[in-house]
Formats: sequence, C-alpha cells, structure tokens
Amino acid sequence: MIPAKFDYVRPSSLDDAVRALDEGGEDAKVIAGGQSLLPLLRLRLSYPELLVDVGSLGLRGVRDEGESLLIGALTTHDDAIRDPLLAAHCGLIAEAAGRVADPAVRHRATIGGALAHADPAADMPAVMIALDASMIARGPGGERTIGAEEFFSDYLTTALAANEILTGVRVPKLGHGWGYRYEKFHRTAQAWAIVGVAALARRSNGQVAEARIGLANMGSVPVRARAAEAAAAGADASADALRSAAQHADEGTRPPADLHGAADYRRHLARVLTARALAVASGA
Amino acid sequence: MSRANITVTVDGVTYTDDVEPRLLLVHYLRDRLGKTGTPIGCDTSNCGACTVHLNGESVKSCAVLAIQADGAEVTTIEGMADGQWHPLQQAFHSEHALQCGYCSPGMIMAAADLLRSNPRPSDQEIREGLEGNLCRCTGYENIVRAVRRAAEAGATS
Amino acid sequence: MTADTQAAQAEQGRARLRKEDARLVTGQTNWTDNIVLPGMLHMVFVRSPMAHARITSVDLSAARALPGVIAAFSGADFADEQGSLPCAWPVTEDIVIPAHPPMAVEEVRYVGEAVAVVVARDRYTAADAAALADVSYEPLPPVLDLRTALDESSPKVHAEGNKSFEWVFAQGDADEAFRGAPVVIERNYRQQRLIPSAIEPRAVVATDVGGEFTLWSSTQIPHVLRVMLALVTGIPEQNIRVIAPDVGGGFGSKLQVTAEEVLAVLVTRKLGRPVKWTESRSEGNLTVHHGRDQWQRIRIAADRDGRLRGLSVDLLADMGAYLMLVTPGIPLLGAFLYNSIYKMDAYSFRCTGVFTTKMPTDAYRGAGRPEATFAIERIMDELAAELGMDPLQLRERNWIRHEEFPYTTISNMEYDSGNYEAATARARELFGYDALRQEQNERNLDGDPVRLGIGISTYIEACGWAPSRILGQLGYAGGGWEHASVRVLPTGKVEVVTGTSPHGQGHETAWSQLVADQLGVAFEDVRVLHGDTQVSPKGFDTYGSRSVAVGAPAIFSACEKVLAKAKRLTAHMLEASENDIEFSDGRLHVRGDPEKGYSIPELALATFAAHNMPSGMEPSLDSDATFDPENFSFPHGTHLCAVEVDTETGQVSIRSYVAVDDVGKVINPMIVEGQVHGGIAQGIGQALYEEAVYDDDGNLVTTTLADYLVPSAADLPSYVTDRTETPATTNPLGVKGVGEAGTIASTPAVVNAIVDALRPFGITDITMPCTPERVWRAIQNARGNGGAA
Repeated sequence: MIPAKFDYVRPSSLDDAVRALDEGGEDAKVIAGGQSLLPLLRLRLSYPELLVDVGSLGLRGVRDEGESLLIGALTTHDDAIRDPLLAAHCGLIAEAAGRVADPAVRHRATIGGALAHADPAADMPAVMIALDASMIARGPGGERTIGAEEFFSDYLTTALAANEILTGVRVPKLGHGWGYRYEKFHRTAQAWAIVGVAALARRSNGQVAEARIGLANMGSVPVRARAAEAAAAGADASADALRSAAQHADEGTRPPADLHGAADYRRHLARVLTARALAVASGA
Repeated sequence: MSRANITVTVDGVTYTDDVEPRLLLVHYLRDRLGKTGTPIGCDTSNCGACTVHLNGESVKSCAVLAIQADGAEVTTIEGMADGQWHPLQQAFHSEHALQCGYCSPGMIMAAADLLRSNPRPSDQEIREGLEGNLCRCTGYENIVRAVRRAAEAGATS
Repeated sequence: MTADTQAAQAEQGRARLRKEDARLVTGQTNWTDNIVLPGMLHMVFVRSPMAHARITSVDLSAARALPGVIAAFSGADFADEQGSLPCAWPVTEDIVIPAHPPMAVEEVRYVGEAVAVVVARDRYTAADAAALADVSYEPLPPVLDLRTALDESSPKVHAEGNKSFEWVFAQGDADEAFRGAPVVIERNYRQQRLIPSAIEPRAVVATDVGGEFTLWSSTQIPHVLRVMLALVTGIPEQNIRVIAPDVGGGFGSKLQVTAEEVLAVLVTRKLGRPVKWTESRSEGNLTVHHGRDQWQRIRIAADRDGRLRGLSVDLLADMGAYLMLVTPGIPLLGAFLYNSIYKMDAYSFRCTGVFTTKMPTDAYRGAGRPEATFAIERIMDELAAELGMDPLQLRERNWIRHEEFPYTTISNMEYDSGNYEAATARARELFGYDALRQEQNERNLDGDPVRLGIGISTYIEACGWAPSRILGQLGYAGGGWEHASVRVLPTGKVEVVTGTSPHGQGHETAWSQLVADQLGVAFEDVRVLHGDTQVSPKGFDTYGSRSVAVGAPAIFSACEKVLAKAKRLTAHMLEASENDIEFSDGRLHVRGDPEKGYSIPELALATFAAHNMPSGMEPSLDSDATFDPENFSFPHGTHLCAVEVDTETGQVSIRSYVAVDDVGKVINPMIVEGQVHGGIAQGIGQALYEEAVYDDDGNLVTTTLADYLVPSAADLPSYVTDRTETPATTNPLGVKGVGEAGTIASTPAVVNAIVDALRPFGITDITMPCTPERVWRAIQNARGNGGAA
C-alpha cells in the first residue's frame, strides 16, 4: 500500500539524468509515468533507493525522420493514440496504445516506460518487435541503438545497462500496401492480455506478400511468430488461407501457465488470434 | 533528495509543502491538504476511485507521486462545482448513478475527462471510457445513463 | 385510520431523488478514513505469510526502535484481554466453535491472520515499522481442499478436527420419492469462493476517553457490534459508542465483528490515544471474510411428464479457519430454498461445515440463497434437457400457481404471495424469447462458431431478516426485530431514528418518503438519523434485505402511534370525540368538517407549549415502535439471459439480460431498480469473472483487483428491468425487500445460458467462473469424446 522510502531527483538534462543513474548504480531506477513502477512500489515488490525522474527531459512527441518516425520515450499512450504522424504512418502503435489499461493510466503511462519495463504480457513490446523497431539508449558512453528483439532479453529485463536511459524508439513508416491489427484477448477491459497478437501484413495482388507478427504473453519476452510469418508470405489474403498460416503461430514459443491461462490454451489462442489479426491486417 | 518542497494548485488554491518523495499524490491531497473528497479504493491502480485531473487530464492519484505534481494544477471532485453543481454531478444525482457513493468522485472525474475528448459518446464509448473505474453498487446502468444525460446537456468536460 | 389517506400517498412509489447524494457527489463525505483526531496514531497489522504454522517467536524490537513508532504489540500482549471473536449462530448443539483470538498467539491458520500490530505517528512510518517485524514460524501442513479435509489422513486445522457441524433437514420420504422415479439425475456443482470487494476498504478509528469508548468503523452493524464488543472485551456496554459514518458498500462483507475492531479498542485503551487503522485492498482481499465456497451434490427425481417428485441436497461448506459471526449459518440460509418455487413430495438437505486453512467465509450478498437458487435452477435446466422439454415449460409445470397462495412448501416455508406466471410472461415478452429460440436453432443448424444460449432463472428469495422466534428455533443468538422512533419537533419538522444502517441503500430518502406520507408532512421536512448508537440506540442494522421489510414497518408503526396521540390531542382541542376524528390530506379534523383541524406540525407545537393537553396525556407526539415480522418475505422473479459463446476462444458475451422482479410494493422504484442493477452485476461477476484462488501452499493468489476481476462498465451488459407487484401480506406496507434478489437470480441465468449454448456439443456444465479457457476446454473435451456440433 505504501512504498518504502527512496530518494528522488528530477534532472533537467539528459546528461544529468544519466549521471544520476550511473552514480545510483543498481539501487537507482528510472521513473517516467510511473504506471508500472508505482504499483510495484506500493506492494513493496521493488525497493529502489533512488528514483531518477526523467519527466523533465522533453523526449515527448513523435518526429518525422523521413523513412521512419522517432517516438520520444516520454510520449504517453494517450499522445500515441492522437498523434497524426502515427495515425498516418504507423497506425498499429496507435491502435495498440488504445488497448492498454484505461484512459487515466494512458494519460501518464509512457511508451518508453512500457518498453523499458519489458513485461512480456504488455502490449507495446509485442508491437515493437513486430515492427522491428529500434530502441535508442543513452548512457555514460553516449548513445546506442538496440534492435527490438535484442532489447527484450528476459522477463522484466532489457538490454539496457543499469546506467542507460531509453530516450526514444524508432519505427518504420508503413508504406502503401501495409495493413495492421492488434488483437488483445483478455477477460476484462482492464486486464492484461492473456495473449496479444500484433500483426502487420503487406498485401499485393490479392496475396499477403509479407507478414510480421509479434506475440504478447507467449513467453518471458515478446515473441516473433516467424513460422506463421513464413507460412503467411505468399498466401492468399483470405480467411481460410491465413487461418492455415496461423496454425504455426505458437511454434517456438514457451507460453506461461498461470491464473489466467494454461499453456495449451495460450497456444490455441495465439493461433486463433493470429488468424483473425492477419485477416484484418490483409483486408481479407 | 530525501525531502522536497512542492507547489501544487489544487481546486484553485496554491499550496506549498515539504514532502517525502514517496508520498502518493492521493495521500498528499487527503492527509496533508484535508481534501478527503478523493477516496482510495485499491493499491494497484485498478479501481479508479482516486481519479483527479492533473493539468486537465484524468489520472489516478494513487499512481502519481506528490513530488511529480510539483508545479501542476489539480482538480478534485471538490473543485467541480462552480457555484452550482457540475452537469455531471447533477446528472449522477438525477439518474441515481450512485448508491454508496465511494466510487463516485473518481467516476465523475473520469466521465468529465471522457466528455472533454468525446462530447457525444455512444453508450459503448461511455462504458469503455469508464473501464478504469470500478463500482460495486450500481451495476453501471445508471452511470451510463447519467453520462449520456450530461453529454446531452452539453457538458464538454 | 391511515386508510383515509389514499389521496395523500404522494410519496409511495415515487422515484424521489436522494437526499444522500448532495454530500456524495461533492466529496463532502465522512468515510471512516477521513476522520482525524488530535494525537491520533496509525495502526498497521503484521500478518501471517503462512497458511498454517506455529508461531515460535515475535520480535518487534526493530519495529519499536523506528523513530515515530509509539508501540508494537504481539498476540501475547493481548492474550488475557482479547477474548475470542464471536460466532452468533451455533447451528447445532454439538457444533465445534474453536477459540478465535483476534490476534494469533500460538498458531496461525490462514495467510493474513494478524500476529502483531504496530502503532506509529503516521501511516507511512507504521508501514515501515510493520515491515521490520521479525516473526518466526514453524510450518504446519495446510488444509486446502474441502473434499479431502474430512479424510482420516488429512492434517487438522484445529485439535478438535476439521468437521465443525453437520446439519440435516428432511420433509417427506426422499427415499420413496427417488425409488422408482422414472427420471433421476444427479449433478455436482461448485460454488466458488468469492471476495465481496466493496469499493471502500475497511477502516476503524477508536478512542478511549476516561473509559468511554468510541469506535468509528466502516460497518454494516453498529448496533450488533456494540453488543458484541461489550461481550468480547468486557467493557461495559453503556460505555461503548459505535458509529458507522458514511460506509462505502458492504454486501454482507461488513456484517462482521472483526479482529481489527476489537484490537483497535484494546490498543486505544492501552495507549490512551486515538488510533486509526485503514486497510489496503490487498490486505482486504486476504482478511475481509469471503463468500460462498461449497461443493454441492444435487439429485432430483421426476416423472416423465416433468412433475417433480423429490430433491436431495448434500453440501460441503468451507468455513475457513474459524467460525466468524454468522459463518456456519450461511449455507443453511439456503436450506429452505433449494425447493424454490416448485412443488414436490419430498426434500432432504444435509450440510457439513468444514474447516480449512483459509480466510473464514461469512455473509456475501444473498448469503446461502444464491447457492440454493443456482443449484435448483441449474438442475431444472438439466432435467428439462433430459426430458426433452422446454425449460420454461418444465418450471411452469411445477411452480406454485398464483391462486394457491399462501402456500407452505416442502421445506416448511409459508410463502405469503407471488405470481410466477405474471413475472415470467412479462420477462418472456421483454426478452423476445421465441425469436431468440428461433435464432438459436438457426445458428445451431448452420454450425455457427458463435453460438447463442438462453438462460432462465425463476427464483425466489427469503429475506426480510427475520422473525425472531424462527431465529431462536434455528439456534441464532440474535433477534430480527427492528426499531424506530419518530419525533416531531416544535417547528413541525420530523426526525426519524431508525435502527437500520444504510451503506448505499438510500434510507435517508426512502424513510423520509414513508414518514411524509404517514404524517402528511413535506418530504424535505423529514430527517433520518442512523448509524450511531448514541443517536439510534436500538436496532439490528442492515443486511439480509431486511431494511424495508422490517425497518420500514417499524417506522410505519411509530407513525401510527404518533397519529393516535395526535388524534387524542385533536379531539381534546376541538372538544370532540376521538371516534369522530379522522386524518386526511395531512390534517386531523372532525369527520365531515375539514376546515376545523390541525396538521401534525401544529399539534407538535401545541405539545411544546403544553397549554392545553388532555389530562393524562404526556405533552409529546413522539413515539417508538419495534416491529418483529411474522415471517420472512418472499420476493421472486424471472430473469432471462442471452449469451453468445465464441466457440473458437471460449469467450462469453452477454447479448441481453432481462429481469422482471416482484418485490411487493415499493417505496422508491428508482432505488429498487438500482438495487436490481447492482445485484445482477455481482451475480454476473460470479458467473463469468470472479474467484478467490489459493495456491497449494495456501497463499491467496487473487490478492489484488488486477487478479480478482471485479467487472467494469465495459465488461457488463445493459439490463432491461421491470416489476410485477404482488404485495407481501406479512407487513402493513406490503413490501418484500430487494437488496439481494438481483444477485440471487442472475448467476444461474448466465450459467444456464452458457450451458444452453453448448448443449449441442454434449456439454452439461461449466464450472464457475465460466472463463473463456474453461468454456474452450469443455468444448475440446466434448469434441474429443465425439460430441457433435
């Protein structure tokens, strides 16, 4: 209910933020919107000694980079839902952002925070691996880019060093022919996905030329359903054909078994939801 | 820092206080400022009873640190009436959209935020807009009616 | 005399907007956690992380050393004064009621049981100090499965064993009824454990000023609590004041005498300073008493034409680790309702109460009657399927006909009135029953992957708790009467003091309406006082849908006494005979001469001055009354639910929900409808979303609202509701009560609908909550077994 004590700084420059994080070591944690972190602190599941609040660093908003968009880490989910650049060029992110939690949480929860928290049951990580997004990180040694699949290394664990801050995420502009769909299967509106499927499909001549599928809550990290992607490539953009392709969706996954779903049920859902998502994404 | 000075404007009045970083905004409002109109219902940001407006947007005040509200404007249920009741307060009353009333402050604040961005929501949009606010008494039927009625009355926030 | 006032019954049946709302919609509320007193300290409990263990040591030295901590206590510190939390219903003579110390001293028996308490200057320091408590445990084996807890080999929760009681009832010869019955079916149903989840967490504030104690608590039962605190602590009753300020929902969960309330009193006494305790949601999920938790074995015998011969019910009921206030009685509240609205030749009921190392169970909306209604309404659908009959037709064949009331059932309940035909006809009409059946058939023939199901619940409920004499026969320690005082102030305003204790039910409004009608005063001129034992000294509080059925008649009686006094005074002042005085249009006057007379306010002023009183009459109109009902009241209704089941994912969505309830006459139909809405939502919650889950070590897994899924507006349908009105004959107002009816009715309506949708696959049951996974798995299993679809 009440967090344990911690110190707090709110640096006004990225360099100061990195320095504070570096000096704080393993006991320092970044806080942005706090929508993932604060519940953990209140239940005393996490005991950082220092919170580095990155809320004053700007880093909010979407920038057009020509071939790609750069989403500032502090862009909120609500920002993402309304952003005209995302709507025009990467609607999957806007759609998925609208499925996260509820409006009040979305006003605070940031895209960067959701990615850095790296809960495999969350929606944004699955979306970003489907997009082959690149994470931009800043540390004492400077800036580096980390590919999405490499970024999500384990349950609640990213490739970020303890002294690195995620400053933004670069996503491709989906060009002509690309459709998308985020399918979130959950028991109640606020609940986490039992399984989530982020699907992109490029349609060409009544067929799916290329598909990309990211799965939420099918492992300790978000997973690309590569076997299903391969099966979908070249398939007719029809519900039946895509359903066949989607039978491969759970290959290579190790879905968890918990209160909300057994492993075999999750595998089944992954297949069903992938079929549905591909059908919508390809306009079948 | 292990303590900080914050300045927050709440329901039109500006306060300056010395707080621990871990002090939750909802506790700051209730225990330090005496603004007990905003209740606490859970510890995982699910129930929404603590919903207030922070710089014009709904937030769950149990999931915001008071220190993060430094320099911000907060509106609570106690700031919604402006000489007379806000149309949502009126509509909740006239549609019997509350029974015990514990969820009502948060529900009204969330509904106000919904109408700000969607002045003419469908019933489905009302239900989805309130998905972050739990009520155990009303079954939501009259809450939806109240929000619809407030929208029809032209309430846009 | 009040029969003359037909014209003045402006308030009965009127959808008055509520007086309570003004403070609630503006945040000017008075929740217990709002209370701040000078010098007040904050309590935080240290709770057992073990389901079953011996406490080997409690070291609070680090907690005490934390700056800002005033004191810390273990169970040993209170062993001599804390007594045992009470069980007010020893349902059998040989019932095992183990000692239940508010704070564990030697042994803990459920995760969350209090083992120590820390008291500090502020809630944050108290939380930190509690985390520093060092308690050592020697683990003992948990007892978690109700079905094996009575085995010889099972570990023991208590030295006396795991069986608390066995209670039986039978009428008619069940063996005879089953023997040779052409159709006998048996089903096993699981009533899962639920967490009531009122949105206001519990809170307590306690003060001891020179031996005079005040306890504010988020409670449904200030009066009962006062008596119980006196009995448990030995503090003289006249020195205890209990106040229920604004209370944010109860649903039975705050019908309790809790460890935290008793310990708050003991701590304030020890420290001589006010103390406050406020629970967190996760603490509450662990330690607010849980609801339901039964295994049910139901057998029904019938003729081929569907006529019921007999019903046999065998329950295993999970008490949890201890018996709390009403724990053993809850499953028995349904004992007389399994036969429901149906006629039959024999009925037998057995319930075994069993201890487990889990949080104790106790009342939760419906308290025993949802369990009963679920069992009978589910098996009626099963029987209909077995017989190839329409399930509504099967019910109609067996229910008590409208002309047959009053009717004494096979379980010895005398139903005073009802009209199952009318409610069902209206429900069918609103629902579009025939069209939906047709659509269902078409979808089944098409092999549509989204199936349609129709669920029925023709329920009855027994509420208006309760005739005291019957409570005595059942072994319940308390009574069931209710008390009211009506005072007319010198300026003509009215104060109504009620023994009911509302926590959302709108009594300030409804009782104002009642009194306005009875005394011919304005609705706005009435104030209802409740919830504080110093203000309302007598009552049995609010639960069991009793407030309108028992509390309102008490107010009515008090008003009658006021009118009798008013009549006597009027006769004197007009120099007329009392027999010639009548009350109409808010005035007492000589019959036929309405000009010459007085209103109640005028007469009250006359008694204030007392210049012209009849000899022998005290100068006051104020009157008290206590009403003890002769019988329970029997609301009933028909709920119809249409669900769509996505057979690919198992997802269930409710397409439409219709409720036609008969709660007799109503004072405020808006409040009644709201109760139905809220009740339905909780019943749907049980059917689809909610379960308190313990893991194999006895840890509660569903400790937060992230895992215990209370539905939001986005997860529930809209409800179509209507009423029929068959007045109760057991109180002058004809009212029956409605607080729990929606919950009692709705769960089987939903589950019947799901099973109805899946019956073509050969599925005959889904265990609640009917999660998508469970539905999907049932379909897989049925297909694997060759179930066609």
